[in-house]
Parts: sequence; structure tokens; C-alpha cells
Amino acid sequence: MRALNRKLLRDLWHLRGQVLAIVAVIMGGVATLVMSLSTYDSLVETRERFYAEYRFAEVFAYLERAPEPVADRLRAIRGVERLETRVVAGARLEVAGFDDPITGRILSLPDVGEAGLNRLHMKRGRRVAPYSSDEVVLSDTFAEAHGLGPGDRVAAIISGKRRSLEVVGVAVSPEYIYQIAPGAMFPDFKRYGVLWMGRTALAAAHDMDGAFNNLTLTLARGAREQEVIDRLDQQLARFGGTGAYGRADQFSNRFLSEELKQLQTTATIFPTIFLGVAAFMLNVVISRLIALQREQVAILKAFGYSHLAIGWHFVKLVLVVVVLGVLAGSALGAWFGQGLAGVYQETTFRFPYLHYRLNPQVVLIALMVSALAAVSGSLFSVARAARLAPATGMQAEMPTAYRATLLERLGLQRWFSAPTRMILRHIERRPLKSLLTVFGIACAGGLMMVGNYQKDAIDFMVDVQFRQAAREDLAVTFIDPTSGRALHELRALPGVDHVEGFRDVPVILRHRNHEYRSSVYGIEPAGVLHRSLDRSLAPVRVPPEGIVLTDHLANNILHIQPGELLTVEMLEGRRQVLQVPVLGITRQFLGVSAYMQRDALNRLLHEGNVVSGAYLAIEPGREEAVYAALHERPRVLSMVANAAAIQSFYATIGEFVLFYNLVATLLAGSIGFGVVYNSARIALSERGRELASLRVLGFTRGEIAYILLGELALLALAAVPVGMLVGVGLVAILVQAFESDLYRLPLILTSANLALGATLIVVATLFSGLFIWRRLGRLDLVAVLKTRE
Amino acid sequence: MTSSTDAQPVFTALGLTKTYRMGEVEVQALRGIDLELYAGELIVLLGPSGSGKSTLLNILGGLDVPTRGRVSYLDHELSGADESELTRFRREHVGFVFQFYNLIPSLTARENVAAVTEIATAPMTPEAALELVGLGNRLDHFPAQLSGGEQQRVAIARAVAKNPAVLLCDEPTGALDSTTGVRVLEVLEQVNRELGTLTVLITHNAGIAAMADRVIRLSDGSIAEIRSNSDKTPARELSW
Ligand SMILES: Nc1ncnc2c1ncn2[C@@H]1O[C@H](COP(=O)(O)OP(=O)(O)OP(=O)(O)O)[C@@H](O)[C@H]1O
Ligand SMILES: [Mg+2]
Repeated sequence: MRALNRKLLRDLWHLRGQVLAIVAVIMGGVATLVMSLSTYDSLVETRERFYAEYRFAEVFAYLERAPEPVADRLRAIRGVERLETRVVAGARLEVAGFDDPITGRILSLPDVGEAGLNRLHMKRGRRVAPYSSDEVVLSDTFAEAHGLGPGDRVAAIISGKRRSLEVVGVAVSPEYIYQIAPGAMFPDFKRYGVLWMGRTALAAAHDMDGAFNNLTLTLARGAREQEVIDRLDQQLARFGGTGAYGRADQFSNRFLSEELKQLQTTATIFPTIFLGVAAFMLNVVISRLIALQREQVAILKAFGYSHLAIGWHFVKLVLVVVVLGVLAGSALGAWFGQGLAGVYQETTFRFPYLHYRLNPQVVLIALMVSALAAVSGSLFSVARAARLAPATGMQAEMPTAYRATLLERLGLQRWFSAPTRMILRHIERRPLKSLLTVFGIACAGGLMMVGNYQKDAIDFMVDVQFRQAAREDLAVTFIDPTSGRALHELRALPGVDHVEGFRDVPVILRHRNHEYRSSVYGIEPAGVLHRSLDRSLAPVRVPPEGIVLTDHLANNILHIQPGELLTVEMLEGRRQVLQVPVLGITRQFLGVSAYMQRDALNRLLHEGNVVSGAYLAIEPGREEAVYAALHERPRVLSMVANAAAIQSFYATIGEFVLFYNLVATLLAGSIGFGVVYNSARIALSERGRELASLRVLGFTRGEIAYILLGELALLALAAVPVGMLVGVGLVAILVQAFESDLYRLPLILTSANLALGATLIVVATLFSGLFIWRRLGRLDLVAVLKTRE
Repeated sequence: MTSSTDAQPVFTALGLTKTYRMGEVEVQALRGIDLELYAGELIVLLGPSGSGKSTLLNILGGLDVPTRGRVSYLDHELSGADESELTRFRREHVGFVFQFYNLIPSLTARENVAAVTEIATAPMTPEAALELVGLGNRLDHFPAQLSGGEQQRVAIARAVAKNPAVLLCDEPTGALDSTTGVRVLEVLEQVNRELGTLTVLITHNAGIAAMADRVIRLSDGSIAEIRSNSDKTPARELSW
């Protein structure tokens, strides 16, 4: 066996070009798997640890106001382990040197000692001093975005009163890992901030002395969350409770869970596609490679080696390649994974630390999938070669039977030169092999398109959301629902072009056993700023006496058809439960909502002309003036500027998309090149003898290159449209897999992306052609003539 | 068709040496060959295995270059020519026939010949070439549909179709039985006679030497003997 092992090493060396190309294919697939899964595992693990360490609460409730002693009655509810009350206030913030509107949320901390729940992880500075009246701790995202730290001052307008506050620390809370302003679409660290103040100081500012308007609790072991929530809701009803909810509905956690779910989908679907394609190519490439060793199989058999021993010999050869590929892929994947987890941590999951974790099982899965694909491919070929009697195997293979191609039988042969006929017949003679090659090359092109689809999808979604549906420049929310007369005042502000009022009410939507917590937006039926879009993305009027639901909400969450009745439980005011007919479906890619006409919604609530806020169109260049004017109005709770939101969104995800595109391009490129090069290289091995004979007969290198590379070019050309189809198919799979209430991806493929897929194929083919061209220069003419096939 | 010393030789070799170096070991395949071959001659190259026959033939045919010494074809210097000059030389002047036929399996008999005539300057038609080797009725058969002897005759047709000045055959009958071999030799003899092609034929079979104008015997890389054959035996009468 020692001699055989030496043969193995020498074969590997001899095939090094192809070995490298196959390693590249495996590496591409494995790296995607390792990167995605390790990123997912790391983030999940980090979240669990952070939640446990900082005692993230399990049930949350907001109410209007309850005297502090009520808390003791609530603590007595069975199943409550620990309950803490707080004061929470919405605010507008001002940071020196930054003129855009900033929305803030201020939470109270115990006057003395550390909070028992939702503890802060201090990144800088210290906690608020006992009973201090003007000290605050800032959330790290906000502090970072504005370069604020201990010693700086910020101003907050709480309940209409402006107060100057001193920053003493910067912290991360498990409650606000994911931060997004109410009504905003994306996180905006500059324009939304969470702050913590001493309880007494905040209660004084917010008119909550001796009372609370928020509570959080943890559950005792074995307690049923829903039971606790029900009891809590009973008790809080007369204090204006808006319904307690568990972690599943807690804003930050829900977004994190959704994001993690998306990531898990990514971690499943991308590697499945990449590794699947890689495994498929591996199988094809290896089986063709081993088929070339036919004679060697026969010789080994003649020596008396058993089928098993011969099979094992080739399996070893293949396994060496697989192990190399898996190792390289795991290393690259772990490296990418750390990068990706880092990018996530910076943009979405603002954990104060990250436990990077590469589960050995992931590498094992990668190894098994790759090994299975490779070994089955090689054993198939070895078995076929081993079935031949040794004598037959060693004999010159009968010249392969060819025939005139269909094109020629149609009488077109006079158009083809002999080399062209060789190309056509070779393709037609092994149609399956040609098809597999076309498909393999096409897959690489498709992968390229999948990698770059993301950016196009985001652009498209932003365009639909902000240039078709929500076209306002600024959304203003009032502290409480306000008389519609407020709109006149807004209209009168210099610089304001157009104003549309809206009314939004938090609700629970129910249909049969499906329910969803959301808001109903009452908008102007003839509004031009905030519109509802139909299936073809054209604006449609919201009908007068019914509700319009986002397609995803109607079809996939509530399972309701237009014409059916929807149960709407208002979580505000008198908390009516109403039956409202669904009268339309609106197409929306970001988030889900329910829309009504504002008047109709107000009628249902038995309220007159009331608005929660307004959408504003502002004359270009007058934004600052309008912001300043609005800052002076105490009833304005928050302002969200669309342009700024889009900009900050791109700033945060830009890095992510860039990273992702780079990785996807790299991996698709390596797979693409591996596939094309291998196809060409194997074709060269299979036909080297024929080509050398032609060289002997006086054909130039260019002329034989035409035969070999002409075939490759033809297959690559065929692969371009197939690759586009594969890309469309893969993107369709992604669209399906990524459907969630956070967003739905549109099925779009820009011509730039199609061109990119085609370019990958062309470039990979050119490079392979170049390598093959160089090899053709080294074709050994004499050796070919000494041996028979 | 005997050698005439006053005509210009087709091939002239002077001190032709070929050394293969494989690591430490040097193999002297040819050790100073001096040789002149003339138009229309039929030469048989004999010698034990490893004596350098194929090496010599490959150098004459422009498939290989000598380590030392000179070789020229008419006025063209072959030693020192670059790859593209050698390719042009093979393309315009040389026909090859090999022991293992080396036909293109994806082309029919006619097309195998056409593959060469398409790139030649003044070829005969593929049909005429195949007629010449007695395969005028198998034009559209693929190699897989032909016997070994028939494949070898297609290879000869392919080699002669471009009207080459020289025809180089390395053991053309090596893979064939005696009767089929004779049939192939008859074709070579006919081509040599009718087209006046200088033909060099390597064989292990001393019997075949009887059909040659001159017999060159190689031994260990040197010419051991050159014998002129005054009384040629027609190929048809050979057997082994
Ligand atoms: N590529 C090569 N590398 C090293 N040595 C070689 C190579 N080709 C030929 N030789 C050596 O050169 C010598 C002559 O070889 P050549 O092929 O010319 O012999 P031959 O007379 O044609 O033999 P045979 O009748 O067996 O075909 C031999 O000793 C051979 O081993
Ligand atoms: Mg030889």
C-alpha cells in the first residue's frame, strides 16, 4: 500500500490545478455555512447571556397612572416573582449643535441602589447619584452618535417643560438593544435616544409624584405568562392600563427575535444554496476526474487489488481534497463570521459584548455534506471502471461512436468547418455532461445574482415606501390626541407646504384564532402624502366605512379576505371591541399596518375631529425653520424626518450590505471559477490526445484552442440565460423564505444584477480559457503518439 | 527512384544529437547522426527498441528539436526553428502516420481527412485521398465503425491528402495483423510511387525492409548501417 499512497500524493500534485479549483468550490460552500451559522449561534448565545446577566424582565405593562401602593397588590398576583414600577416619559431632546428634531424616551431608575430588573450595563461614567435632580444616563447609541459623554449636557422637554440635564454615564439596557422611535421605520441613533433619570426627579417633571405609569416583572418558576398578564390587565384596567405583554411583544426583543429569525433563515437558505451547488459541482467534477483514471483502475485490478481496496484508494484521494476544502472554508467562514457578527453588533444587535462561537457541529456538517457529494461522485466512476474486466480496461478504448449532429442532418453542414463540427458533435454526443456543465456554470452566475440582489431589493423597498406610500417630509406626533384645529396652526407655519392629519390607535386585530398587536392609522382619504398602494403599487383611496390591511397582514397573519369582518380591540380610551369590514388590501414591503379613513376611525371611537399627529410637506430648504418653530410647541411629542431616516438607514445598513456583497461575490466567484476551470481542464484531459494529434498534423495552437475553448465558450454562452433563470429561481426562494411582518422582499432583478451574473460567467470563462491556453502551449506532442488511449 | 547524389537532398542532418536529461541521469537518444534523404525515396528505419528511431523521425518531422547538430529541410533550417515555424513546416510539408492511428473520433473518415485539407495549400480532395487508400466507399463512417486496418488507411489518406513532400510513418503496421499490415504497406508503396513522396517508415520487422530503396539501421543512437536495395520486393509479396 505504500506505493499506492505515493501514487496518491503524486496524482494530487499532478492534478494540483484542478485540486485547487475543487478546493475553491468546497471552500465557497463551506465558508457560507460556517459564516452564517456561527454568526447566528454567536448572536443567540450573546443575547441569552446578556438577558440573564442583566435580568431582562418577562412581562411589561404601561398604564396612565396608579398610586405606588397599588404595586403591592400587583406583587401579590400568583406567578409574579419580582415586580418593579417605573415612570416613563416621552420627551423631545435637544443637543447643542444639532438642529434636527430628536425624539427621546426617559425611564426612571430607583432613587437609591441598582434596579432589580432591566439593569444597565455601564459603558462609561457612573450611575445617577441618589436623589439627584438633573443627572441622566444616556443609551450608548445616542451618546455615540452625538459624541456625548459624562460631563456634557442635554436638554429635554418633558410634559412641555424644558430641563437641562447633566450626562453622568453611558449604558446599554437589555430592554433597548434595538432602538427605534415610535412611528419610525428604521433605527436612527442620532434622532432617537433613551435616557435614564432618578425616579423622584422624573416623577416631578412628569407629574407622577407617588405614582407610576409603567411596570415590569419576572415570572416565578412554573408560572403561566398569559395568566399573569390576564390578572394584571384586570387590576390595571381602572388605572388606564393599555394591556400587559410578554417578551414576545416587547419591542426591542421582538425585533431582535425577528432579526435573528431572518438571520437563521439566511443561515439556512444561503448555505443550502451555496453548499448545494458546490456539492453538485463537486460530484460532477470528481466523477469526471475519476473516469479519466479508467486505465489505472484496470491496471490495479490486474495486479490483484480488490474492488474495495481500489475504491478506498480513490476515496482517499478525494477525501484529501475535501478535507483541504473544508478546512480552508471553515477558516475563511470563521473569519467572515467574526466580521459579520461584528457588523451586526454595530448596526442591529447592540450587545455590549459578543461571544463568538463556532459550533464544531457546523464544521462536521460541512465535512459530511462535502464528503458525501465527493465520495459518491468518485465511487460511481470507480465502480463503473471496476466493472470492466482488467483486460478490457487496459485495451485501447474503442473510438467513441459519434454521429452527425441534428444541425448537420438538417443540411447545414456546409456551414461548419471540421473543427466546428468537432465542437458540435462533442456537445451532442454527451448531452448530459454538456447540460451538467451548463447548469454548473449557470449556478455560479445565479449565486452571484443572489449575492447582489439584497441591495436592489432595499433600494426598491425604500423607493416604494418613501416615494410612493409615505411621501411626507416630516411626521409630527402630539403628546395626546388633539383637536383637528391644530392642523390649521401647522399649515400656517412658514415653510410648510401641505399638512395631512392622522389618527393612530394601538389595537389588537383578531380574526378567528389569529390575532395581531398593531395600530390602526386613520388617514385622509384623498391624501397625497400618506397613501395606500394597490397590488400594482398605484395609490388607492381608503374606502369610507371599512379597514384596509397590508397584504401580508391579511393573507399570512390574520387569514382574512376582503368582505369579511375583522375584530378590532382598541387599546386606548374606552377600549371598545368593534367589528369592522375589511374593504381592501394594500401592498407594502416594510412593516404591516391597518388603515381607515380618519373620520371613520374617529366615529368608531366616538370622538370628533381628532388627530394624533400630522404629515407635513416642507418647502425645500426651509426644514430648519420648520423644525425650530415646532420645537417651540409644547404639544409636539416627536418629529420624524423621512429624508434623515432614509439617510441614517443607508448609513447603518450600508456597511452590512457592502460586507455581504463582498463575501457573496467572493464566494460566488470562487465557485464560478472552480466550476468553469474544472470543466475546461477535464475537457482538456479527455481530449488532450486528439488535440495533440491535430497539433502534429500542423494545426496551430490557436486552431486547437478553438476546438476546446470554442466548446467551453458555447457552453458558457448557453449558461448565461440559464444562469439568469437560476438567479430568478434562487431569489424567488429567498423572497419566500424571508417573508415576515418586519418586511417582505420584492421579487425584482435589475438589469445591472442580471449583467453581473452574466459578467461572472464571462470573466470566469475568460480566466479559465487563459489557463487552458497556457496549458495547450505545453501539450506534449511526442508523448501522445507513443501511447494509445 | 534511387538516390542521386547530384540532386539537392530533402533532409540533411549533420551531427544530430539528442540528449534527454532526467535529473541525474542523461539518456543519449541520438549520438551524432549524419544523414541525407532524397525526394521520392522510400526509407525503412530499423533498429532495436530504444535505439532512437522515433526520436530521429520526430526531429525530421518537426515534432522535436535536436540538442546539438543541425537538420534542414531543403533550404529551411529546422534546428533552432521556433514553435510556430515548426507548426507551419508540419502543416505544409509533412504527413504523419502513427502506430495508434490517432484519428479524431468525432469526425467521419471524410472529415478526418478534410480537417487537414482545410488548412493545406494545394490538397487533393478528401474523396480522392480515401479512394487512393481504397476506402472510397466508407467516406461517411466514423472511426468507431471502421476496423483497425481501415482506420490506419484513413490515417494514411489524411497524411497524404495535402500532397506532402514527406510522409513519416512510425510503426504503421505495429498494431495490425500480417494481412492487414500488407494492405497498409501496399498503400504506402503506391503513394510513394504515384506521388513521389519521400517516405520514411519505422518498423521492427526486418522483412519489411525488402520494399525499401534504402534501409537505415540504428543502434544505440548511431547509424550502424545504410544499405541500398537494388532489388525491391513489392509489398504485396511480403509476409511475416
Ligand atoms: N521523453 C523522454 N525522456 C527521456 N528519455 C526518452 C524520452 N523519449 C525517449 N527517450 C529515450 O531515448 C531513447 C530512444 O528512444 P526512441 O523512442 O527514439 O526509441 P525507439 O527506437 O523508437 O524505440 P521503440 O522501437 O521501442 O519505439 C530511449 O532510450 C528512450 O528511453
Ligand atoms: Mg519508437
